[in-house]
Amino acid sequence: MTLLWILLLPMMGIVTPLLTERYGRNVCAAMTALPPAIALMLLLQQAPVVMSGQVPSLHAEWIPALGLNLALHLDGLAWLFCLLILGIGLLVILYARYYLSDRDSMGQFYASLILFMTAMLGVVLSANLLQLWLFWELTSISSFLLISFWSWRTDARKGARMALAVTGAGGLALLGALILIGHEVGSFDLATVLASGDLLRQSELYPVILALFLLGAFTKSAQFPFHFWLPHAMAAPTPVSSYLHSATMVKAGVFLLARFYPVLAGTDLWFVVVSLTGMATLLVGAYTALFKHDLKGLLAYSTVSHLGLITLLLGLGTALAPVAAVFHIINHAVFKASLFMAAGIIDHESGSRDMRKLNGLWQFMPVTATLAMVAASSMAGVPLLNGFLSKEMMFAETLEQYTFGALSWWVPLLATIGATFSVAYSLRFMHDVFFNGQPIDLPKTPHEPPRYMRVPVEILVVLCLLVGMFPDLMVGTLLKTAAGAVLQAPVPEFELGVWHGFNLPLLMSMLAVSGGVAIYVNRRFLFQFQSQFAERDAKLVFEASVQSLVRKAGQLHHLIDNGSMQRAMFLMLLLALVLMAWPLMDLLNTAGGRPELALNWGVVFCTALLIAGTLLTIWWSHQRLWALLALSIVGLVVSVAFAWFSAPDLALTQLSVEVVTVLLFLLALFFLPRHGPIMDGPLRIMMRDLGVSVLFGSVVGTICYALLTRPLDSISGYFLEHSKTGGGGTNVVNVILVDFRGFDTLGEITVLGIAALGIYKLLARMTLAMPSADDDGRAWARERHPALLALVSQSLLPLALLVSAYIFLRGHNMPGGGFIAGLITAIALIQQYVAHGVVWMKQRMPLSYEALIASGLLIALTAGLGSWLFGHNFLKTWYDYFYLPGVGKFELASAMVFDLGVYLTVIGATLLILANLGKLTTSERIRTGDE
Amino acid sequence: MMFQHVVILPILLPLLAGALMVIPAVSRNMVLQRRLGTVASVLAVVLAVWLLVLVDHNGTQAYAVGEWKPPFGILLVADRLATLLLLLTSVLLLAVQLFASAGEDERGRFFQPLLMFQVMGIQGAFLTGDIFNLFVFFEVLLIASYALLIHGGGKAKTAASLHYVILNLAGSALFLFALGILYGTFGTLNMADMQANAALIQNDDLYLAKVGALLLLVVFGLKAAMLPLHFWLPKAYAAAPAPVAALFAIMTKIGIYSLWRVHSAIFGEHAGALANVALPWLWPMAWLTLALGVVAVLASQSLRALAANLVIVSVGSLLLMVANPAQSTTAAGLYYLVHSTLATALIFLIAGLIMGQRGKSEDRFVRGRPLAHPRLLGGLFFIAALALIGMPPFSGFIGKALMLSAALDEGVAGWIWPPLLLSSLAALLVLSRAGSSIFWRSRGRAVPVTIDTRQLAGIGVLLVALVLMVVLAGWLTAFTDRAAADLLAGMQLVLPEGR
Repeated sequence: MTLLWILLLPMMGIVTPLLTERYGRNVCAAMTALPPAIALMLLLQQAPVVMSGQVPSLHAEWIPALGLNLALHLDGLAWLFCLLILGIGLLVILYARYYLSDRDSMGQFYASLILFMTAMLGVVLSANLLQLWLFWELTSISSFLLISFWSWRTDARKGARMALAVTGAGGLALLGALILIGHEVGSFDLATVLASGDLLRQSELYPVILALFLLGAFTKSAQFPFHFWLPHAMAAPTPVSSYLHSATMVKAGVFLLARFYPVLAGTDLWFVVVSLTGMATLLVGAYTALFKHDLKGLLAYSTVSHLGLITLLLGLGTALAPVAAVFHIINHAVFKASLFMAAGIIDHESGSRDMRKLNGLWQFMPVTATLAMVAASSMAGVPLLNGFLSKEMMFAETLEQYTFGALSWWVPLLATIGATFSVAYSLRFMHDVFFNGQPIDLPKTPHEPPRYMRVPVEILVVLCLLVGMFPDLMVGTLLKTAAGAVLQAPVPEFELGVWHGFNLPLLMSMLAVSGGVAIYVNRRFLFQFQSQFAERDAKLVFEASVQSLVRKAGQLHHLIDNGSMQRAMFLMLLLALVLMAWPLMDLLNTAGGRPELALNWGVVFCTALLIAGTLLTIWWSHQRLWALLALSIVGLVVSVAFAWFSAPDLALTQLSVEVVTVLLFLLALFFLPRHGPIMDGPLRIMMRDLGVSVLFGSVVGTICYALLTRPLDSISGYFLEHSKTGGGGTNVVNVILVDFRGFDTLGEITVLGIAALGIYKLLARMTLAMPSADDDGRAWARERHPALLALVSQSLLPLALLVSAYIFLRGHNMPGGGFIAGLITAIALIQQYVAHGVVWMKQRMPLSYEALIASGLLIALTAGLGSWLFGHNFLKTWYDYFYLPGVGKFELASAMVFDLGVYLTVIGATLLILANLGKLTTSERIRTGDE
Repeated sequence: MMFQHVVILPILLPLLAGALMVIPAVSRNMVLQRRLGTVASVLAVVLAVWLLVLVDHNGTQAYAVGEWKPPFGILLVADRLATLLLLLTSVLLLAVQLFASAGEDERGRFFQPLLMFQVMGIQGAFLTGDIFNLFVFFEVLLIASYALLIHGGGKAKTAASLHYVILNLAGSALFLFALGILYGTFGTLNMADMQANAALIQNDDLYLAKVGALLLLVVFGLKAAMLPLHFWLPKAYAAAPAPVAALFAIMTKIGIYSLWRVHSAIFGEHAGALANVALPWLWPMAWLTLALGVVAVLASQSLRALAANLVIVSVGSLLLMVANPAQSTTAAGLYYLVHSTLATALIFLIAGLIMGQRGKSEDRFVRGRPLAHPRLLGGLFFIAALALIGMPPFSGFIGKALMLSAALDEGVAGWIWPPLLLSSLAALLVLSRAGSSIFWRSRGRAVPVTIDTRQLAGIGVLLVALVLMVVLAGWLTAFTDRAAADLLAGMQLVLPEGR
């Protein structure tokens, strides 16, 4: 449980700074520090257990399907990292209290910082691969928030985005690697994975796993060639640089290398890639650091270089190299954090970080200067300081390795060169800043910082000294336990001593120191040499490449999607065409075995008419009125065909729908020019479209022919059989509509209602210019409502209504029904509109069409729900026969109520659409819910 | 017992609410409409939860409308897949309804009832076990979406909706063709019956049935925005009012759902000679959809366009799961489907709020006036961005990891991993750029704008849902696993008890 609290306390602490911000800076800082402080105490309390070799752990199921479980463990390596994270974290909290200005939001800063702390603790404590990744990504995210803390600065924004992009990409690669590992091992449990080294190394996927894994680790730990983001992350406030970008987050990458050392290391591939990358990073970082004028820039490149050193150690493959790596992780965290803090103090108290201006600060801040110089000496590897010890170990190990066969002597040589530059830039840091004449043009007069701002630096520097002088006492056990966790095996014997006698590593150290001094003294020449190379700002390069990526993507995207609907439609039809034609190629007999009906003249005539109508529609497509007329021929022939094939209901429906649509079309055409453009685009496109249309038609025709000429065993027999006995009606079509598939009808009348509402919405605010003459300039007739038409239509109205009532009532048994009746009523009313105009109708028919739609839908719904009262399913119908004197025997069916709903909805929807279109032609507003 | 009717209620409830809202007395009273809408939405969530628990415990629930025995009548089938999507839809409805009640619903008439009808169509499409009824509900949801898309009016909306309407009308026509062909070969419309008969089809009918199945691929692909049928999507989503765009987050998923229902089940591995008939075509189109999605994401210049293009990315990812039918891929896809719908809806709602505060810069990635609520909106944007990229701690990473893992199990990681991982990277690049431009690169002074509590409530619903997806991920992934097993085993023609 203690284990859980070490993670949970900081997690809960994320909100404390936000809550306590209003009580002042001291309270806020104190309250922020409290949870990590308790967590640190808990951690220290666990020390005896962990140092004795036990591994406290915790496991709870979370997502078994993914293999992602909540699993924590505290082995030596985790303990060491927790100590660094919590210990340095607390010092940074104290330091930041003085560093942040009043303008900065302390709550936001601390909250992000603690979020990072939690994430980092999560990474090191995780005993499940995917959970580790989860926290890993959270460190990238919190790092983004912290780098961009001063979000008004463009370098902060760009630096943050670049860091996120690089580490985010690495994170994705790592996710891939971890899933592959889990897949190979069969578990995401870290202990199981750590025990499966041989399995993984022999796996076919090992190279892929290693590549993805190293991408993740190298991006995070800023290894060459991914190191460029780290210096730009220095746009963050200095406490962040000190905490994330030197002591902890960037160590996550090397932590990962160490963590998976037992399973992934041990192959030539690992040793070659890791050691070469580490060496390259070490050299590039050390060399570049020397030329940075910015204090934090120098320290950033120095961090890159030291991370390279640790990576190099993990890639050497000698017995003690991992021990040295762990040792250097500790030492670097301690001296580099203090150096960043010192740099922050200098920046804070003098207003500049430029080493060309900062000179002779010794006289202004002797205490800070002393502290910084001790830490810098440790960085340079001066004896009696901690940095010296791990560097000596590193030298010793480079002499032990044989990765590169006969060329293995390069490694110690290059390591010494790296160390030489390290000495040189450390010297530059010390001499340039604290001595070297007088300050130039500083914005402020430098002075010592507030007492407590210096405390964290003091603590860390004392640690440098103590570890440097009494290494075994200070870190001996810790190092042994942590190294044991890395190796997952007994740690070979090693001796932590300040003095090992005169040996080769000592000679290398001495060479490095003297070489470093020499370089620093002669730095003028090197600076001159370096000035030949144009300095590239990685930020700008990054931004430019993002921009160019966006631009290229935009061009490519425009190439595919140019916004043309014609193209979209073409591609859709082409795809449908290909997909339909493909299987048809295998169909050898187009005609099936069904006997064909005999031809007669009526069929031939109607077919000819249908074809003629279709062709004329296309031919006249730019003469809209004519095209509409030709189209209506098609509709009429279709209704004739329905009647011919014994579907009078469909014929009636088709006929009335035809009338309504033509009327609506006519209204719409009124606002369009009589002639459309003859060409809808370039001839090429038109021919393309024509080709696709013809092919499409021929394929669909073939399919229809093939289907119709084949016998079919379908469910339709059931409908014929049960229409009367089950549905109580002899008109099968109607019974299907209101009973068998009444639910479809309910859906379709809803569609109709929605369509009307939609058209209302589309037209509600539309105002169109009223054409006063046709295309040829002939004025429209003055007489808008011819008397004859008015007279006829008015006298026809009662008749039409009567017919529709008749059609409605007989629907269940004879051709008819609510849908057709509704259309007939609608047509009769439309006729009145046409004959008399909107105004006339409005006065005489105080009906809200929406109310008609609503009531239609509600009646249909109620008819369906009614069956619930009798314990039946929705839309279960009921019918019976009754006898009334004078009327005779008649049938009542619940389906008729449903049909009434259909009837009303059809009228309401049709008229609402019509009235809205008609409204456009008049200044009068139609009656709607608004009034 | 009345409990049996709970299966049909997710369709009838929104229909009732919608019809009531059209009554002039109600439609004139905004307050009443909104209350009715909220009540209906909450009820829909409750219903969906109830149905989901019921189905998970007692197995698939069938409901014969009109009590006609299948396959003759219309059968509604509530299985795990359907109920999960019902829950998703109703949560989305609640969020959108609350958000829109802050004032968006007053910019034109009938917003609230159309919302209800839209949801009725979606819920119906998820519940029906009859392929013609599926067509009907497609029509319901399409026609409602046409109307919602033009809500508020304006040139952009009208232009976008014209493309949307025309392409989808053509799609509906193809749907009818396909149904005609399938009825002509199967002789039935009930999905379970079709599934039972699929393996029995032989000789010439086989080729005709293939035509029908492939034509349905076009229809569902259009709905899902699969390449090269995706052209309607970016404009429509970017032009739609914020709450409508948020609701539309589920629209493409209906296409995915239909592919599962029809191509993974009816034409799935039990279908004899028709087994997996669409896969050879689906595979490359799915891959290209994802690839194009990545390109489009990189090219995005405004937040809504970006969100729309991220929809294409999610569709591509899902299609790849559909193209490799197995329990693991289907389960992973289902989890990711729920996540991506919620995350997309969230970003659309947030984009709506951002637009309202940046004046002429709207949601474009350019320097604009600072936001009136930088912290609140920035925080929300940050959460949505993490969810969309697939970064922890939000549910995106679980969905991504599940899909990666499933692809590995199926041995197709080499094809699927690179675009899937790169799509996350592209989203990360563009979203960090977007956030940086919108929230940090500002000029001028903020103009005070208030954010309505109802808008926050709508966003809150989505946030809670996203958090629950992580907290309850163990249960949810187990559930999607069972749902996938059910789906691939096929729909069984079982009648509800007692009949």
